[in-house]
Amino acid sequence: MRRSLTATILVYVAVAVFVASILAPVAWLFIMSISDANDLTTIPLRWIPEQPDFSRYARLFSLEEGSAGLAFLSALRNSVVVALSATAIALAAGIPAAYSFSRFPGRMPLLYAVIVTYMMPPVALILPLYKVFSALGLLNNVTSLIIVYCTILLPFVTWLMKSGFDSVPVEIEQAASIDGANLFQILSRITLPVAAASTGAAALFALLLAWDEFFYALLYTSDTRAKTLPVAIADFAAGRATDYGLISAVGLLAALPPVLIGFFLQKSLLSGLSAGSVKG
Amino acid sequence: MAPAQQDRTAWLLLTPMIAIMVLVTAFPLLNTLWLAFTDASLTGQGYVWQWVGLENFAYILDDSDFRAAVGHTAYFTVLSVSIEVVLGVLVALLLNQEFKGRTLVRALLILPWALPTIVNAVMWRLIYNPEYGSLNALLTQIGLLDAYRSWLGDPATAMNMVILADIWKNYPLIALIALAGLQTVPKDLYEAAIMDGANAWTRFWKITLPGIMGSLSVAMVLRAIEAFKVFDIFYVMTRGGPADSTKTVSFFVYQESFTYLRAGSGAAYALTVTAMSALMIAIYVVMLVRREKRS
Repeated sequence: MRRSLTATILVYVAVAVFVASILAPVAWLFIMSISDANDLTTIPLRWIPEQPDFSRYARLFSLEEGSAGLAFLSALRNSVVVALSATAIALAAGIPAAYSFSRFPGRMPLLYAVIVTYMMPPVALILPLYKVFSALGLLNNVTSLIIVYCTILLPFVTWLMKSGFDSVPVEIEQAASIDGANLFQILSRITLPVAAASTGAAALFALLLAWDEFFYALLYTSDTRAKTLPVAIADFAAGRATDYGLISAVGLLAALPPVLIGFFLQKSLLSGLSAGSVKG
Repeated sequence: MAPAQQDRTAWLLLTPMIAIMVLVTAFPLLNTLWLAFTDASLTGQGYVWQWVGLENFAYILDDSDFRAAVGHTAYFTVLSVSIEVVLGVLVALLLNQEFKGRTLVRALLILPWALPTIVNAVMWRLIYNPEYGSLNALLTQIGLLDAYRSWLGDPATAMNMVILADIWKNYPLIALIALAGLQTVPKDLYEAAIMDGANAWTRFWKITLPGIMGSLSVAMVLRAIEAFKVFDIFYVMTRGGPADSTKTVSFFVYQESFTYLRAGSGAAYALTVTAMSALMIAIYVVMLVRREKRS
């Protein structure tokens, strides 16, 4: 269908507004991170800093006692450890479960129960889990976060991987089973490699979920030994004498890994979305 | 494999998942259920408690603070999800047009979606900041505002400003879903409609919207379930203030349990919130079951 010139101009104007609305807030975060406090309080505001100042980024990579860098780097370490470990556990238990749901149908109510637990509000679990971790001496310990995150990641991985396995034809497994391969060999040598793309996507989505989690981390951690990035960022933002530039720099650095993963996931995001299973 | 053997294998494969879910979800949930009928406190080792029957729930029934929190949460959920859906569909229609750089522009939708929730909250708090904030600067420089305002410090604006921040982060996901849905609507339907003299407005309501409604309604319910649980963005942006005007149900349970350390009534509030969520989750499961039956 041909478009009139007016319609074309309208489309380009609307696209420009859309692009600006997405980029401007993030651009502002970056500008704050390299601006001097005096530039930011000037009225009318000077939008581009006269002297870009990258020193906050340098400060975030220093390990001095009590410094912002120490808080940031330990939170980064905790976030990486928690996200990777929780994802590994979720995959180890979720893949066999998903395979079972996909290849041996008849347990649909159980699958729905799994999905329901994924959507249940965390407030339903916070008190007993707090008591148990406190009794086991696991409060303020990354182990407790790794355990808790299974409540979110495991149902999610199971659900996503089930639709991944559903799209692998049963025929290729039957050929191997005639050749005498057992179930474990079939799953690890045939089905998983064929479903590699959806396995990878499930793993990356799980990492993003764990990286983003805040509520449990806020309740169960109290210092640099276990605080994850979201909690550390909330701390930076809550401080009395706040350096807004520093908060912005921390936020941008914490956003970098998930945003890169997000762009990488673009394709599987769309197929995952049509399966109706990606976090809303 | 024989059916009995198949059944055994199926359960064996499910065992690790079931074991973990029973330990970290089922047990805690049952424990919360029990706590809700006690007056347990969170302090000290173990619980010191007495059975109080339905007392906690009776108290909730005429707790006007909790009712206010339910109201705030419902307002937040309804307003942000409905605007996200409308905006998402509009942006999807726009990005479905032909223009130069379309692939790149579509990829921008990923940015807000992938940005961590806490970073989004901090970012908008800085934008709304009364002294440093770019919103005040922008609005005064284009002449829409006379003097700098405290957007999050004023009960009249705080909630709506948080909703705006939530919309910015979450409508791109709806747009992506709608965009994917648009690709599945058959092109010849449009050609036939044009032949019949249907205008763009009619074509949208009769062809486009019915075509994407399936995936859109699932996304809408998912968003509503998520929005009802909201905590992070309010914790960073307002802490439930000013004057409790942005206190949501999750924040309410958090305070009751971890600030006032009342485990018994905290659990009762938590169960009440869970029951409300369960209604929306039930709608979602019904949708899933119907979809499963169709395929």
